[in-house]
Amino acid sequence: MTADGAIVTAPETISPEARQDWREVVQVGLIGGVIAIYLCLVGIVPLFDGRPLVATVISLGETVLLASLAVPGAVAARRARTPRVAVASGAVAGLLAGGALTLLVIAGSVVNLRGFMLNASPELYALLTFGLGVGGSWIPALVGAAMGALAAAFWLLPDRFRSPLVRGLLSILILGLFGGLLRERLQAAGLGEIGRLLFSFEGVTVTGAILIFVGVVGGRILRQRISFRARFDTLPETRQRQLRIPFLLLVIAFASSLPLLLGPAFAMVTALVALYILMGLGLNITLGLAGLLDLGFVAFYAVGAYTVGLLTSTAEFGLLNLPFWAAVPFAVLFAMLFGAILGLPILGIRGDYLAIATLGFGEIIRILVGSDLLKGLLGGPRGIINIPKPIDVPSTNFLAGPVQIYYIAIAFALLVAFVAWRLRGSRLGRAWVAIREDEDVAEAVGINLIQTKLLAYMLGAAFAGLGGAISAALVGSIFPSSIQLLISINVVALIIVGGMGSIPGVFIGALFLIGIPELFREFQDYRLLFYGLALIAMMRFRPEGLLPSGIVRRELHVPENEPPPNVPAGERAPG
Amino acid sequence: MNARLLERLTELAIHTFLWSFRIVVIVVVLVGSFLTLAGGRHGLGTWIDLAVSGAALGSVYALIALGYTMVYGILRMINFAHGEVFMGGAFAGYFTAIALDGAGFLNASPFASIVSVVIMIFVAAAVATGIALLLERFAYRPLRNAPRLVPLISAIGASFFLQYSFRGFFGPGIYAYPGITFLSQPAPIPFLRMQWVEVLVIVSAIVMMTVLYLFVMRTKIGTAIRAVSEDKNTAALMGIDVNRSIVMTFAVGAAMAGAAGVLYALLFRQVTFFVGFIPGIKAFTAAVLGGIGNVPGAMLGGLFLGEIESIGPILFLDGLGVPSPNQLKDVIAFTMLVLVLVFRPSGILGERVSRDRA
Repeated sequence: MTADGAIVTAPETISPEARQDWREVVQVGLIGGVIAIYLCLVGIVPLFDGRPLVATVISLGETVLLASLAVPGAVAARRARTPRVAVASGAVAGLLAGGALTLLVIAGSVVNLRGFMLNASPELYALLTFGLGVGGSWIPALVGAAMGALAAAFWLLPDRFRSPLVRGLLSILILGLFGGLLRERLQAAGLGEIGRLLFSFEGVTVTGAILIFVGVVGGRILRQRISFRARFDTLPETRQRQLRIPFLLLVIAFASSLPLLLGPAFAMVTALVALYILMGLGLNITLGLAGLLDLGFVAFYAVGAYTVGLLTSTAEFGLLNLPFWAAVPFAVLFAMLFGAILGLPILGIRGDYLAIATLGFGEIIRILVGSDLLKGLLGGPRGIINIPKPIDVPSTNFLAGPVQIYYIAIAFALLVAFVAWRLRGSRLGRAWVAIREDEDVAEAVGINLIQTKLLAYMLGAAFAGLGGAISAALVGSIFPSSIQLLISINVVALIIVGGMGSIPGVFIGALFLIGIPELFREFQDYRLLFYGLALIAMMRFRPEGLLPSGIVRRELHVPENEPPPNVPAGERAPG
Repeated sequence: MNARLLERLTELAIHTFLWSFRIVVIVVVLVGSFLTLAGGRHGLGTWIDLAVSGAALGSVYALIALGYTMVYGILRMINFAHGEVFMGGAFAGYFTAIALDGAGFLNASPFASIVSVVIMIFVAAAVATGIALLLERFAYRPLRNAPRLVPLISAIGASFFLQYSFRGFFGPGIYAYPGITFLSQPAPIPFLRMQWVEVLVIVSAIVMMTVLYLFVMRTKIGTAIRAVSEDKNTAALMGIDVNRSIVMTFAVGAAMAGAAGVLYALLFRQVTFFVGFIPGIKAFTAAVLGGIGNVPGAMLGGLFLGEIESIGPILFLDGLGVPSPNQLKDVIAFTMLVLVLVFRPSGILGERVSRDRA
């Protein structure tokens, strides 16, 4: 790409047809092809193929594949000026993307790709060619062209038609993903008839898909478009504040009835989400407010978990047999103490070094808890078992299982949220934000850097310890194998996706990154792949997160219309 | 008045703490070493063996560290996904080795084995370079002017994306490198019990580092890279293509990491999707140890870290009665990381980048 050529618009005198940049169309098609091949070979398409979206009609894998062919079509068509050119570019891009899959099928029949690519299996080729094998290798290209053209045509529709259709398709997708769960819940609620009509064991039924689509599209078209959001924004501020209270109450009511709504099968998932909300809110003080990227969160989690284990366990290695509630303060205090001990030496170093140093701490603690050195104290790989539940109720009680952990974690999370919210406006909170913005200036205006950072780090550590303590009670045991780097990454990722420094962002982030992957356990292997992609995409397109706090948005988001200095203009052009 | 007193007190506490931290580390090292040596459970032969394997490991770390140090020098960012570039090289080397083994070339003669390893290194370097260029283009370049944490987080994301993409492609299993009989034979070097594989790793690392050093110091593009590291804007004014220099930096660093992947896999004879993570962090330690941005420093730091990791557990901990000290070799490496970051963030040779803060 030349430095300037990519974004300079052509003069008006050239006819609209000539404007279509076919090179870009080809480029988009080829990138689409690479992505389609990637999705196939990395195993997402074959794995998702096992999960029906609309029963007997289409699987999730096929949906992903079709989408990977349709998206290049829509992207290629977006700059075209006439419908015919748009559809043609869409078809070309789709053809190229599908053609890549055709090449994959042919290559697979010539060379034994399976020798090293696990997923280049006959099943994949059968999926790509409707079971025809090499003889049907033309099929992906043709389907690609059709999907590309279709997507381009779809893109041409005026927004008032396109938007309801998109909503309709998305509703089928979302309800299809949760089909089994919804069917089961409707059955439990005595609405089994409706459940069976709309949903199959996995995904929606054909009737269900049609009904949902018609319902959503019809509803969108018929109803006068009322945007609550827009109306809310026009209200005076006092009125806005008044309206927020019932909204909050609604959210709280929903949250407290969530385990009832979802049923016992999902008690563990809700408990985990609540736990991660709690830990996310804790790290949000360290990372979101003070800007300290702590990749060693799991170290303090381990301290909390093992403290509770040692103090409460009735089995070997248990020291005091305390009840859970008596052990929690110690867990928090010890984690905080560890935060101080580990934080004191490293808080003077600069931000990116700090991240790596904390990562090192996480690894050190992880290795130490499983080592022979501490085997006599912490049990080595055998871990500590028989950690009592916080609330001792008979096993038939509603609160017996993970449900109690959910309520405990949510209660603590609200407490932490309150603390964080009050801190943010305080002198200390403003000092944190100042440090995050610019350390040198903050120091110059009289903020004691180490002291202030240390407080943030210790608070984060304390809440990590609390999280560890609760999770030890949730599982009832603690092993070195449960002290994983993944925990630190989970917490950091959910804060970044939700929005650094934003309290509602943590809730959203935990819901998206912890809740949804837990619901689809068969996709576990790809969880971190999606996390990685989410982190890159967030940093690229929305570094402030999904629900950002105002300051962070201003700080992190590069304004669109004024490119920063030293960057040639071409780099900012899409593509 | 009260606030100032408090401030003084915290400062005092911090200083006391840091000093006691230093003293504890020094005492552990000195007392541990003394007790181990006085105990006399390990003969001179053991120490020499450990030093040799430390040198082999250290040269691998040094090769990876070069990528970290050069990228940090030019962009002031930690390329967290560099370990995954290394892993990609190890995988590429594995599949090349399998292909060569299938053709009956790998073990045909000692000469054929060495040629095979050279081919593996070249393929691995090419694949690793490809991965790094994609990484630079899609994960880093759009963020070049963003605040420092932004590209770091993107790099962490890229690291996990690459790891789990490889897991998806090749599965979670451990791939055992095909055995090369020649390499596991002892090399005829007096006083040192070395296998050919260790000789090969050390020699090829030295050759590659020499080539890289000459490339950076003597060629035109190397000069351009150094100029851009020094000052991007001025370099651009002098007619240097900044973008090209940055891309070249990534390419060269990745080629070294890819080659290191093959050497590491030859030493440990296996490769998994997770193989790059820990060596990646250690190589970063090595880069900081030598002074980040400093090319000879990275080589020195890598070697030093390899030796510490190899000799350290037994020398420092065995005498103190720590059971199975080798379990804790990563603890020693990471402690080393923290110690360097805290007490000498500019490294042994001093860093070439200005001491600006995040």
